[in-house]
Amino acid sequence: MPALLELSDVTARYGQVVALHGVSLTVEDGEIVALLGANGAGKTTTLRSVSGTVRRSGDVLLGGKRLARATPEVVARHGVAHVPEGRGIFAELTVWENLRMGGYIVRRPDFATVLGYFPWLQERRNQQAGTLSGGEQQMLALARAFLSRPRLLMLDEPSLGLAPLITREVFRVVTELNQKEGLAVLVVEQNAAVALAAAQRGYVLETGRIAVAGSAAELKSNDAVRTAYLGY
Amino acid sequence: MQTFFQTLTTGLSDGSIYGSLALALVLIYKATEVINFAQGEMAMFTTYIAWALMGHGSTFEWWAFFATLGIAFVGGAALQQTVIRPLERASVLTAVMATIALLVILNGLAAWIWSPQLQFFPSPFPTSSWVIGGVHISKQDAGTFGVVMACVLILWLFFRFTKLGLAMRAGALNPGAARLMGVRASWLLALGWGFAAALGAVSGMMVAPTVFLTPNMMQAVLIYAFAAAILGGLESPVGAIAGGLSLGVLLNMLGEYVHPVTTELRLPVALGILLVVLLVKPAGLFGRVVVRRV
Repeated sequence: MPALLELSDVTARYGQVVALHGVSLTVEDGEIVALLGANGAGKTTTLRSVSGTVRRSGDVLLGGKRLARATPEVVARHGVAHVPEGRGIFAELTVWENLRMGGYIVRRPDFATVLGYFPWLQERRNQQAGTLSGGEQQMLALARAFLSRPRLLMLDEPSLGLAPLITREVFRVVTELNQKEGLAVLVVEQNAAVALAAAQRGYVLETGRIAVAGSAAELKSNDAVRTAYLGY
Repeated sequence: MQTFFQTLTTGLSDGSIYGSLALALVLIYKATEVINFAQGEMAMFTTYIAWALMGHGSTFEWWAFFATLGIAFVGGAALQQTVIRPLERASVLTAVMATIALLVILNGLAAWIWSPQLQFFPSPFPTSSWVIGGVHISKQDAGTFGVVMACVLILWLFFRFTKLGLAMRAGALNPGAARLMGVRASWLLALGWGFAAALGAVSGMMVAPTVFLTPNMMQAVLIYAFAAAILGGLESPVGAIAGGLSLGVLLNMLGEYVHPVTTELRLPVALGILLVVLLVKPAGLFGRVVVRRV
């Protein structure tokens, strides 16, 4: 049984600048995996090398299928939902139109299930998405991603710009989607404590390479990780 | 008062033609930030096709009208895929230069195929008019206005209510995010060019009966359309139509009531409006001011 997502020796570059130097990692079905690291370590680029928004070489396998040459739209159609940096909300469209875009590749998007997790979206359906608060936009991005019925959800810094309380709420919903719907999640976070609380496993990236890998418990007790990312 | 209303209806009819071509410009600009200078010549070329289908313009045929829309749609999409798409990674200016090349090519091609001579293009509407309260409303004006507005309405319904239309709007707002949702952005751009070409064909077929068919017939109309699009704000489809209608009415009113503004001065006046809008309110009446971080 191949892993849900497997990166082996993935290199990615922006023009002449190499951002990833041979990254290998896996995500299994039903797992939450955290990708930690400082600014510029290559966390975002790792996600982008999966969704095909950066030029990459090496192997990217989804359920054993090669994605290395796939364009973003093809990767999405294979079941990867990528909530990018900045969330990628269509600010000028309504909340409902954003959700419909989430279900674009699905014949019959399951709005009912999604509204079960995000009931407040129902009342705000005709509101312009750009007028939502940051936390609400993050929730909308999550709901929209889930509507594409992904096998793998990739979140890029969901806590960015959010108050701690809202961040906790976002991760609560992610955990719920993971536990109840069996959704596998690969999450990039600066806030290592929050991410490791939700994740089963994690990787730490340093200057484009995997520096440490292990279970969430192992990472939390790793001295180097603790001083660098958890701050105690 | 009668003169006023007659001038108004003629203005609205002219304006709907400027507006539809302006809308075609806006559709492409919104999706790609490319100003399609070939929009007018594409309209001219498809109008020649309609003329050929109508037995060299002997009588107007609605089937030929709709067939032309289909041909324009396919042709516009094909142009995007063959000429514009390969320039995707180049700068916007490169694509704009390509549209200028298309302008010259289509113009020359039309003259070569159909000769540069003036041709008569039939109107679908009778030359008579309705008299309502002493006001003569020409059936041509009313018909032109009606046909253009119907096309615009259909396009609006498509963008507002269909999944594909929604995806096209989303793709124009944030192409990167749309692709992450599985939207095949390149095909939607081709679709956008198709719609723009079809809309241009409508304006060409509606204007041809009054200006006669020549390879250069759309050049003035394109300038009016530019002025209309700028007036409405280049990013706003509603603005393009509103800009076209106000420009049409304004030009006709000036011609009627301000005697120095003769037919010769219409084009300079339109360009003057374009300049004034760019200087005073560059975002246009319906546009938003875009702030870019540099």
